[in-house]
Amino acid sequence: MNVLSDDSLEIRRDADVVACRQAVRARSVEQGFGLVDQTKIVTAASEIARNTLQYGGGGTVRIQKLADGSKQGLRLVFEDRGPGIADIARAMTDGFTTGSGLGKGLSGTKRLVNEFDLWSKPGEGTRITITRWK
Amino acid sequence: MASHIPDILRKHNSAILTDWLAEQARSFSRDTRARDDTPALSARFLGELADATAKGNVDDVDGEDFREIRALLEDLSRQRGLAGISPRDTAMFVFSLKKPLFARLRQELSGDALVDEMWSATTLLDRLGLLTTEAFQRTREQIIERQQQDMLELSTPVVKLWRGILALPMIGTLDSGRTQIVMESLLQKIAETEADVAILDITGVPTVDTLVAQHLLKTVAAARLMGADCIISGVRPQIAQTMVHLAIDMGDVTTKASLADAFAHALKRQGLTVVRAVKS
Ligand SMILES: Nc1ncnc2c1ncn2[C@@H]1O[C@H](COP(=O)(O)OP(=O)(O)O)[C@@H](O)[C@H]1O
Ligand SMILES: [Mg+2]
Repeated sequence: MNVLSDDSLEIRRDADVVACRQAVRARSVEQGFGLVDQTKIVTAASEIARNTLQYGGGGTVRIQKLADGSKQGLRLVFEDRGPGIADIARAMTDGFTTGSGLGKGLSGTKRLVNEFDLWSKPGEGTRITITRWK
Repeated sequence: MASHIPDILRKHNSAILTDWLAEQARSFSRDTRARDDTPALSARFLGELADATAKGNVDDVDGEDFREIRALLEDLSRQRGLAGISPRDTAMFVFSLKKPLFARLRQELSGDALVDEMWSATTLLDRLGLLTTEAFQRTREQIIERQQQDMLELSTPVVKLWRGILALPMIGTLDSGRTQIVMESLLQKIAETEADVAILDITGVPTVDTLVAQHLLKTVAAARLMGADCIISGVRPQIAQTMVHLAIDMGDVTTKASLADAFAHALKRQGLTVVRAVKS
């Protein structure tokens, strides 16, 4: 598998969430994603970017364009050094929120992408890797 | 060993200031006019620089000793940024001090002392110059943020399509501050017009995530309390699909692909039909 490009963005403010969505949209167009795939990965990015800001206290996202044989994909790695997630299984449940959201961001994101990986450790932070293939 | 820089700054204060002002005038690009406040600011800067460096930490521009200097440069960058002066010209305010200061160092020192102090002075002025660029950047971001805020307020018109039917075409990102404004203007208009149908059109909203969905649901609930039913239009196929994956339940709210469909639906609910005029 080849990494064709690798960008990194900061997520510190509301405007950065918008910038993240725009960057993901642009990269997915470059990868030849159709409208449905674009919408899915951009929406997933929006969910996780907002969590990174809201719960992780800010962090970064890496956006990688991938090529695997004839397949093209987009991988996003969100990382923060916030409080981490104590009970991952619970956080992944539809409707669970410690804030005032709908509690469907994490679970919904998992359904919007092909690969979903969540690493988190209380006191250390959270890293979420999502990949969508064309 | 204490730096000679503060002593030299004080001893040659007026000569350095004169040379520096001349240097500044020369180094600015043609479109930056001389500013009235430059001589006073430059004099203040030299005084503060002597004070800060006299405290011993010539290279610690982030430290306590340089607080006044940093505040001065921050102010200067903000004001010049707002006045449309380029970051290059603002940074030149600091960089143009090099030549006059180096001339005096050369006059007063020699050998290792000269080399050491030249190095300290270069490092110091480079760092201070960078501060102006960072401050400029911050000012710019603040301006952009404010402009975005202004735009948001302008781009939320509530339009009356028919007696009792309102439409709210939403354009752009729907999170944070924006939604509150959208919701308030809609509710106010519902009260004013006694509308019983409100069409929330999201054709211009590129991404519908759980936060946007939550805002929409809240708006629908508030409108309902005021006696108006909502229709959400502009739900493109890819958006509908994504909302299903996110398990977003819009309850019994009617959704339509286009604003035209929503309008037709609203008219029908009011018992109205659109007919072609008969040519006589
Ligand atoms: N980066 C993160 N750091 C710490 N906690 C997180 C992070 N992301 C998610 N969480 C936790 O997982 C919960 C569920 O997240 P999510 O499904 O996006 O729902 P919501 O954002 O509506 O709360 C959050 O309420 C929060 O407690
Ligand atoms: Mg969330």
